[in-house]
Order: sequence, then C-alpha cells, then structure tokens
Amino acid sequence: MNNFAYEQAENIGKAVEFSSNNSASKYIAGGTNLIDLLKYNIATAEMLVDINHIPEHKAIEEKSDGSLRLGAFVTNADTAYHPQIEARYPLLSKAILAGASAQIRNMATNGGNLLQRTRCYFFYDPATPCNKREPGTGCSAIGGYNRIMAILGTSENCIAVFPSDMCVALAALEAVVNISGTEGDRSLEFADFHRLPGDTPHLDNNLKEGEIITSIDLPEKGFDKNYSYLKLRDRSSYAFALVSVATGLELENNLIKEVRIALGGLAHKPWRVKEAEDFLKDKEPSMENFASAAEMILRGAIGFEHNSFKIELAKRAIVRNCMMALNPESQQPGAQPSL
Amino acid sequence: MIDQPQIGQPISRLEGRAKVTGTAKYAGEYNVDGLLYGYVVNSTITKGKITQIDTSAAKEIEGVIEVFTHENRPSLAWFDMQYSDMDAPPGSPFRPLQNAEIKYNGQPIALVVAETFELARYAASILKVSYEEESFATDLYQNQDKGRDPKVGMATFLKPLPPKPKGDFEKEYAASVAQVSAEYVHGTEHHNPMELFATTTIYEGDGKVTIYDKTQGTVNCQLYVGNIFGLHFKNVRVISPYVGGAFGSGLRPQYQLFMSVMAALELKRAVRVTLDRHQMYTFGHRPPTVQQLNFGADENGVVNAIKHTAIAETSQHEDYTEVVVNWSNILYPAKNTKLEYQLVPLDVYSPLDMRAPGGSTASHAIESTMDALAFKLSIDPVQFRLINYADMDVAENRPFSSKELKQCYIQGAERFGWSKRNPELRSMRRGNKLIGYGMATGFWESMTIPARAEAVLTKEGKLRVSSAVTDIGTGTLTVMTQIAADELGLPLEDVQFNYGDSKMPFAPIQGGSFTVSTVGSAIKSAGKALRKKILKKAREMDNSPFKNADDNDISFERGGISLNSNPAVMVFFKEIIAASGNKEIKTTNMSVPNVFKLKKYTRAAHSAAFVEVEIDEELGTIQVTRAVTAVAAGNIINPKTARSQILGGMVWGISKALYEETISDHRFGKYMNQNLAEYHIPVHADIHELDVIFVEEKDEIVNELGSKGVGEIGLVAMAPAIANAIFHATGKRINHLPIHFDELI
Amino acid sequence: METITNHPKSARNVLQPRVLSLRVNGAPKILEVSPWVSLLDGLREYLDLTGTKKGCDHGQCGACTVICDGKRILSCLTLAVMKNGSEITTIEGISNGAELHPLQKAFIEHDAFQCGYCTPGQICSAIGMIEENKAHTRTEVKDSMSGNLCRCGANTNIIDAIMEVKEAKNHE
Repeated sequence: MNNFAYEQAENIGKAVEFSSNNSASKYIAGGTNLIDLLKYNIATAEMLVDINHIPEHKAIEEKSDGSLRLGAFVTNADTAYHPQIEARYPLLSKAILAGASAQIRNMATNGGNLLQRTRCYFFYDPATPCNKREPGTGCSAIGGYNRIMAILGTSENCIAVFPSDMCVALAALEAVVNISGTEGDRSLEFADFHRLPGDTPHLDNNLKEGEIITSIDLPEKGFDKNYSYLKLRDRSSYAFALVSVATGLELENNLIKEVRIALGGLAHKPWRVKEAEDFLKDKEPSMENFASAAEMILRGAIGFEHNSFKIELAKRAIVRNCMMALNPESQQPGAQPSL
Repeated sequence: MIDQPQIGQPISRLEGRAKVTGTAKYAGEYNVDGLLYGYVVNSTITKGKITQIDTSAAKEIEGVIEVFTHENRPSLAWFDMQYSDMDAPPGSPFRPLQNAEIKYNGQPIALVVAETFELARYAASILKVSYEEESFATDLYQNQDKGRDPKVGMATFLKPLPPKPKGDFEKEYAASVAQVSAEYVHGTEHHNPMELFATTTIYEGDGKVTIYDKTQGTVNCQLYVGNIFGLHFKNVRVISPYVGGAFGSGLRPQYQLFMSVMAALELKRAVRVTLDRHQMYTFGHRPPTVQQLNFGADENGVVNAIKHTAIAETSQHEDYTEVVVNWSNILYPAKNTKLEYQLVPLDVYSPLDMRAPGGSTASHAIESTMDALAFKLSIDPVQFRLINYADMDVAENRPFSSKELKQCYIQGAERFGWSKRNPELRSMRRGNKLIGYGMATGFWESMTIPARAEAVLTKEGKLRVSSAVTDIGTGTLTVMTQIAADELGLPLEDVQFNYGDSKMPFAPIQGGSFTVSTVGSAIKSAGKALRKKILKKAREMDNSPFKNADDNDISFERGGISLNSNPAVMVFFKEIIAASGNKEIKTTNMSVPNVFKLKKYTRAAHSAAFVEVEIDEELGTIQVTRAVTAVAAGNIINPKTARSQILGGMVWGISKALYEETISDHRFGKYMNQNLAEYHIPVHADIHELDVIFVEEKDEIVNELGSKGVGEIGLVAMAPAIANAIFHATGKRINHLPIHFDELI
Repeated sequence: METITNHPKSARNVLQPRVLSLRVNGAPKILEVSPWVSLLDGLREYLDLTGTKKGCDHGQCGACTVICDGKRILSCLTLAVMKNGSEITTIEGISNGAELHPLQKAFIEHDAFQCGYCTPGQICSAIGMIEENKAHTRTEVKDSMSGNLCRCGANTNIIDAIMEVKEAKNHE
C-alpha cells in the first residue's frame, strides 16, 4: 500500500471537487473493501476523499410517494435493523444480514456495498493474468479453478462474480440508485447499475469517473408478506455465496399476483429474468411452477470445469426459496435453507 | 482450595487472566525503542532464477534502512547440517536468501527494513524483480508415477517406515468373501494459526541477541540461529511465552526468524519481521496424499487381507514423511498385508507436520474402507470393529502398553445413542433433511523423548520449576504446574512454572502430543530429586525428627514434611531453608525414557468418534449436528484443558471433512486461496453439539504419569466418521476431502 | 499531553503525518500518524495497545475487533485518521480495574480459548453483540459471532461462555 493524501469532504460538492482535481483519488466511506484492496496493491490511490463526514445521506427517510430513501452513507447494519426496513422490506434486511460479518456490516455503507469488487482468486493475485485488474492480460479463471465463478452472462474475457448479498435483494425490489457528479445528479434503475463483463470486464458498473452514490430508493412495494433470502455457500456464515436467491411474492386468492426472483453468486451482476417472473403471474405458487420458472432463469447458463454444479443447484435453490417465501417465518439466521 | 492431588483436577488456565485482558504478549508485540520493521518480498514464479532485483527505488525512500537480498546478505554458515533443526527431514534444509535460485512459488527473496511497518510494506511492493523461468511440476495426482521410496534419516526414528509384506495378500484378497477397493485423496492444507508468524530480535551488542519468536521450540530456534549466524549459543536467547496457535507450523524455525535475526545483526538494531496472512502459505503444509486401499474379509467379517498404499508429496530438497500405512495393521490384525509408502518430489516447499500428521490422513482411508466393508457384509460398523479388534500389535508382534479402545466404542456408542441407528441407507429423516450416523476409530502414537527440568525450593518455601518448553495453547503452563505441585504436595499458588525461554533447561519441540509425557516426566524426575535433597537438609537440622526417616516414612504436604507415623510431627519448608543457610535448594534433572522397556510395547492413544449429520436432501447442505468422541489416553492431568484439546481436534476434523483446503493452480504452480476468506475454517455457525468422554485407562508403561497426550487424538477419527455418516444419510460415498455439499445433489 | 508518534524525522515529508485526538479506553490520546496507518496498527504500534490482534489484516478473521463509538468494528479495515475524535474501547479497557468483565470471567471459567490469540476479538465482538440485542437464541448468537474465527476450535466453549453472560444479563 502506498501512502496517500487524505481529505475530509464536508459536502457532496466538495467531495466531487476533490475528486475532479485528482484523477488518482478515491472516495472512502466504510472502507471495508477499499482498504483490503489497497493493502493488496490491487487498488491504488494518491488521495482518499473521506465522505463519512458529509451530514447528508445519512438517514433512511420515507418519501411522499410512499417509497423509502436509503442514504448512501447509512451502514449496512443500521439499514438491516431499521424499523421501516424490517417492517416493509424484510427481504432486504435478511439479505444484508446474510452478508459478511456483524463487524463489517457495522462499517460498510449502502453506497459501498454496490461498489464492492469481485472475490475472484485471480483478480486478487497480481502475479496472474486478469482482465478485470489489468485489461488485456487474459482471464485465468477460465481454465483455472473456477468453483466460485459465474455461469450466467459470462464472456470470454471474464467469468467473475459480483459478491454482494444486499444487491440481490435490491435487484428484486427494483431499487433506484441516485448519483451525483461533476455533471449534476442522475438516477439509474438498479438493473442498469451493474454491468456484464463483455469486453470491458474492468468496469463493474456504470458509475462515471468521480461520481458518487448518494442514496438508493426503494419503491413502495416491499413484498413484506411473502419473501425469502436463501444463501448457499461453503460454510454456514462469513463466506461468499455460491448461489443466493432473493424472492418476493405477492399472492392473491392463492395465485401469484407478482413475483420477483433475483440471483446472486452466478453472474457479474444480480441476475433476473423477467420472462420467468411473467410466466409465474396468475399461477399457483407450486413447486412445479417454480421449477418451470427456474428452468427459464437458468436458460443459457454455461458451466465451467469446476462450477457446473451451480446450474442444478441454482434451480433447486430457486424452488426452495420460493417455497420458503410462502412461509417467511421459516427464515434462518445466515439465510440458511429451511423447510 | 482444591485438595491434593492437583493432577486430575479441572483447573482453569493459569494464564487466563492475561489472555482475556490483552496483556499476554506474543512474539510480534514487543515494542522496544528504535524498533525497525522488516517486510518480506516473495517470488512470484515457481521455478527458475532471479536475474535481477532492482532495489534502488525502495532504497531511495526516506525511512527505508536497507534491502537484503541474496546479493548483499551477510556470509552465512556453509553446510546443510548447520541449517538443520530438530524436526528436519532427510535432505537439504531450505536456506533463505541463499542464491538466485527459485525453488517454489512464494519463496522469500528479499527483506525490506524500514523505520515503520507501513514504509517497509510499501517499499517491499516496489522492488523490481526479473526472473528466468523454468518448467515445474506441482501436481501430485498427475505425477504419481514418479513415486519413490523415502530417504532414511534421523526423522525415521520417530516416523518408522512401513513394515515388510506379510503372508500372501494377493491370494487372500482374491479369496475374500467381501472386498473393498478404493482410492482416497486429500489436498494440501495449511496450519493457519490465528497469530501471524513474527519474530522480534533485540540486538544486545557483542554478537548477542534476544529473540521473541513464534515457535514450538525455543531451544530448536536457539540452536538454528547459533549455527547459521555463527553465534555462541549462550549469546542467543529465544523467548516465546505466548504462542498464538501453531498446530505444527512452529516445529521448524521459519524464515521470518532468519530474516529478523539477520537484519538485527547486520544493522545492530532491534528488528521485527511479521509475515502477512498470504505469506503464511509460503512455508510448510500438510502434504496432499493419494491412498489406495484393498481390504478383504471372510464371511464372519474377519479382515484377512490388507493392502494400503500411500503416495504423498514432498519437496525437491527434503524427504518429508508421515506414518500413514502402518496404522492399517496395528488397528486390524490381518495376517496378509502389503503396506507401501512413497514420495513424489515436486516444486513446492517441504511439507510440515500439521495436527495429527499421517494419522488423520490414514484414518480417513482406513476407517472409510472399514465402513464400506461393514456395509457390504451387513454388519454394524461398531460390531465389525469389535470382530477385528487387535488385542496385540500383530504388525510389530508386541502387546499394547494399554488399550481401552473397546471401552471407547461401548461408552461412545451409549452416549451417542448409536443403537437408534437404522442400518439402511437414506432411512433416517428429520423433516426434509436426511440424517446419517457414522463412526470411526482414532489412534495416535504416544511418544516420550528426553527433556530436562529444574526444580527449586525457594527461600519462601515455594516451588519454582523451569523448562524451555512453549505453551502453544495446549495448557502446558497449567498442566505442568499441577504436576509440579503434587511433587511437593503444594497448592497451585505456591508453585511457579517458568517456561518458553531457551535459557531454561532443555525441552524438545512441542508437538506430537508428547509434551505432557516428555516435560511432565522431566518435572517429575526433578521433583523426585528435589524431595531427596530437601529430606537430606531436613535430616541435617538440629533435633531433626527425620534423622532416621527415609522416603517411605514421610510425606510432603502442607508446605513441609511430616512423619507418616505421626503426621503432627512436621517441619515446614521455610524452616528447612532457614536451617540450611537460607539458601534455595535446587536440582536439575534429565529424564530419559527407558527405550529398551518402551520398545517392547506399542504405545498409543485411541478414540472412537460418533457423528450425526443432517443433510438437506434437495440442496445437499451438510451440518454436523452432533458428535461424541470417547478417548482413551491414559491418565488425564487436567480434564478441563484436555477436554478443550479434544473439542479442538473435533472441530479440526469437521474442518478437514467439510471445509478446509488449499486450492492449487498447477498452471502457475501456486496456491490460489492464500487468505482466511477463501481458505475456509469453520465459523461458530458450523459447530454444534460436541461431547467428550475420557475412558478410564491405566498405563504403567508409557511414562511415570501414565499419560498419553491429547493434542492430536481428537482430530483423527472425525473426518472418516463424518464421511461415513454422509454415506449413511445419502448412500453416496465420497472419498476425497473436503466433501463439498454440491457433491450430494 | 504527550503526542505519541514513531515517525522518523527523515521521512516526515513522505509521510504527511496528521495529529489525531482519540479517546481510547476512556483516556484522551493525541496520536500523530500518516493517513496509511490502519486503526489496528495505530493501536498496536503507536499506542502500544497490543491486546488487539492482527490475524489477517484484511477483515477475514475478526481478531482485530474493537468497539468504536459503541459498535464492534474491525480495526484493520479502517484508517486511524478516519477515527479522529472517536471513542475506542479495546480489550485493555474492558475490565473495571482489577474486576474482570463478566465475559472475561466466563471465558476463563468455560475454557473458551486455548492459544488466546482470537480471544480479545471474541470478547469485544460479544460485548458489541450483547449491546446490539439482536441475537437471542444460541443459533442466532452463533451466526452473529461468526465473524470471529477460532483456529484452536474452542467454538463450543466460546458460545457457552457468551450464552451464560447473556442469560444472566436477561435475568437482571
């Protein structure tokens, strides 16, 4: 890790100004991923702009249209345990609590959660080729040990996975990401925030140079009656997902009125297939129907040498999680399977 | 106050307060004035030569003191032997910064020394290193055909090679009613103690150094440093009172010790070198091993034919070995055996003993094979082991010094509720979860080696005992204090045990579950000599009531000596000291095991592990919901710390079965998950109900304490018991470790 | 008050040291460090509070857990400069003078450690967890404590110790 200048920004404008004056600067909020990467010399910065002291964007507030605004600088823990989140968006709460550890959730912010980098072994090892870390060098995960890698939306350049749990729920909830930058403010639909690797795997998302996430809006519909988050991983807690599923169900007369199914651990971004959700509409919430939807969601999945199991596992996880959503009381700590 | 004897009492760790208040200081925590920080640079290639190391940019940074490489290191010892240590296998020990040659990926190639940790770390990151790469091989599985017999050396004394074939295996196996032939594979594992390897060397002037090192052997490191740097042993003092876990990784001096001492001597300043977690994967590991077993049994379930072959990895420079295949025939008395053990030298660092080395490798294969055979014969797995119970060691043709394994089976099965097991596969359920019961046998050799101890009766009439031994978290301080207390019949508070310092009487490295046996015996023998001396002094007192008393006529109790015939007649230690010139009474004794007596017996601790697993039928997820381990390990000195040792071993077994593995990428010849996020050890959420039984076992042979050691035995049986439980639950037998849950769907 | 620094004068310009003021274990501390010093290294190397442990330095083990402004955090994943003005409690500040904290006593009684290296982090994490009051059952406590690894395998004893203190607190 190299040394760097350190500045505290007292407002968003000042932060953006610091950033635009130094192209080698980085914002730091929770720091839980950035400091990790700086120590490994995978990220470098000449200046860190500390945005923790900005008084705005530190609250969770209800808006007049019934949506809820999550300040970007609110910690993951404060978000998960916020009474409004627990009551209206329990899916988000459960997903957050399935991620990392209690200590990290006390530090990591909502904005930062969207920006975490992949856990690909090769991305983390500067001695091996990696297109995400060093564009043009190649992808070592293809042909290497790729148990934890992607099966959906991959490219010949990158098969890395986006590791967030929180974002899987945000994708299901169709959140909106609010952004500030030198060119003013803008918003992005959650589905448009993260990118697939394509031939630009070094770009994780569509945030532009110097832009900063200020808040995340949750639309009114929170699926608080029927929801479930399921996370399958190599140990019961404090591990990244091999497959995770967020399900929100709205039922009417025992038929599915609306459903959202988002997957984590399988792609370069949270994965949703609209066609499968449409298929389930007005159908009974049965294992058979969920299984058909799962087939649609995994259509086009490509397994690699060590991760083909994810295809079948994801299908089963979808079915299970949708069944768990019918009985959300069955949720287990750490989003472990129940029923 | 707890009554005598102290041995057998569940005493809480005596260093507990220091550990829960943060005052216990570990090797990298001695912050002395003017301390310099060293950071190691490691090779990024696997094999070849360094053609250039450009250190100029690093050296230009203010606050960077020096960069050491093979080009500017001081001149060092010349012969391989001088780099050897108490745990060195046959071969040429690795020499840090010896020359430009790269032998393995992650090899240390430079040390940057700077005034702060951050500066050293940064400067280490900007060295420019050029290499000439050569082709290499790191994949054991693909190179099994290169297996060869191991070289023989000093290490073979504690790690015997396999016995010769007996009977006619081929014929008997072919004639067997039931046969099992299976291959077992486990990959590389790393010790990963929580504490990072660190050494703080204080330069004392005149070629003298005081070293705080993370090690399992203070004397081992003292000799190593003295030999390499040409220092008088008296001028090298190695201190390690607190060791943040080691599990074998500290049995040999590691390269941060070399680096720290070298820099301190060259710069004549205090230097600390702490490895980072990534670097914790650049020295020593449990070697990957491939085993092939063929067991055959007759219609009564008697195992008549045993073939056990193991092919293990070693480095190109040393022949590291483990005792693997020998165990098959020690446990099960077949008359026709073929046991083979081979090594494949690869371009890796030398493997290193890791908790239950060899034993846990062997048990996985042997006990899974036994389970498969029992299933084929439709015999209950416990019953099957009783049918094949070895009342003597037929491999060596000698009796066991003691063996209460049968009681382990009986008491373990009872506590676990084994009788509720339905022998049918996939027959037991809880909701949509499959339930499996599995069991396995564990074993670990009980060794004793020579050690010294000093015992002193202080002027205050208290006992002070010293040994250079470390306490790696096993409870050595507490247990040795208990043993010492009983020697003079003192309460614990009147006994001080000094340890973890090479200045103290010689102790070997702490490992192999032989510390209680070895150092405990030394303390007992020093205690015995001290009693003799005290009695002599007491006899010399004016009007001594003990004038005609010998050892059998008196007792050491209540801080003094009393007459057995009239316990009211008593002289306090303080009075004896006062009468003998107010001087301490001191003895130093060497305890040497009676090898001639011991070798007439096979000496081993045994265990039986019973495990329940719960498996999600659709998703494959596995939980070890409960486990019972019954242990026969002789006399248990401290049931509290011993239980913790067994529990720790059981957690290691769960980890070995389900979680931990070092992932290699053989294209690059390197490990890929060199961190604790992707090298999975169990978290609290993975560990459920664990229960320990100590079966009563008297052993008058193994050592004077009758104690066998409990550091490894808790681990040995767990992994196969879990694999067997998974088979019972799912009908799937998975013979490689760790078992990933997705293999069950 | 004395300012604690170990900066070599020669490297001052490279290092851009900052003067911070923190409360550590109830006492005010003035600390002069460069931005690249983690809170963990600030505590261990500059304030000589070595009770807080470095097990991985990357947020993967929990050994460095401290309580910062009332919450358990990982001191390895934050910079000392970012905590200017904060109130930090480390393992050295948990007991009330010579009187051990109930968790410290319970850890000794339950033999909830072997090598002791993860112990400060386990105890600080448990204090933070009890304060959060979100984990109630044993299963929940195990999940909530899963950010603290123990390689000696003292897991069951650690959770026993914590449950005992938690339950005693509930009965107060």
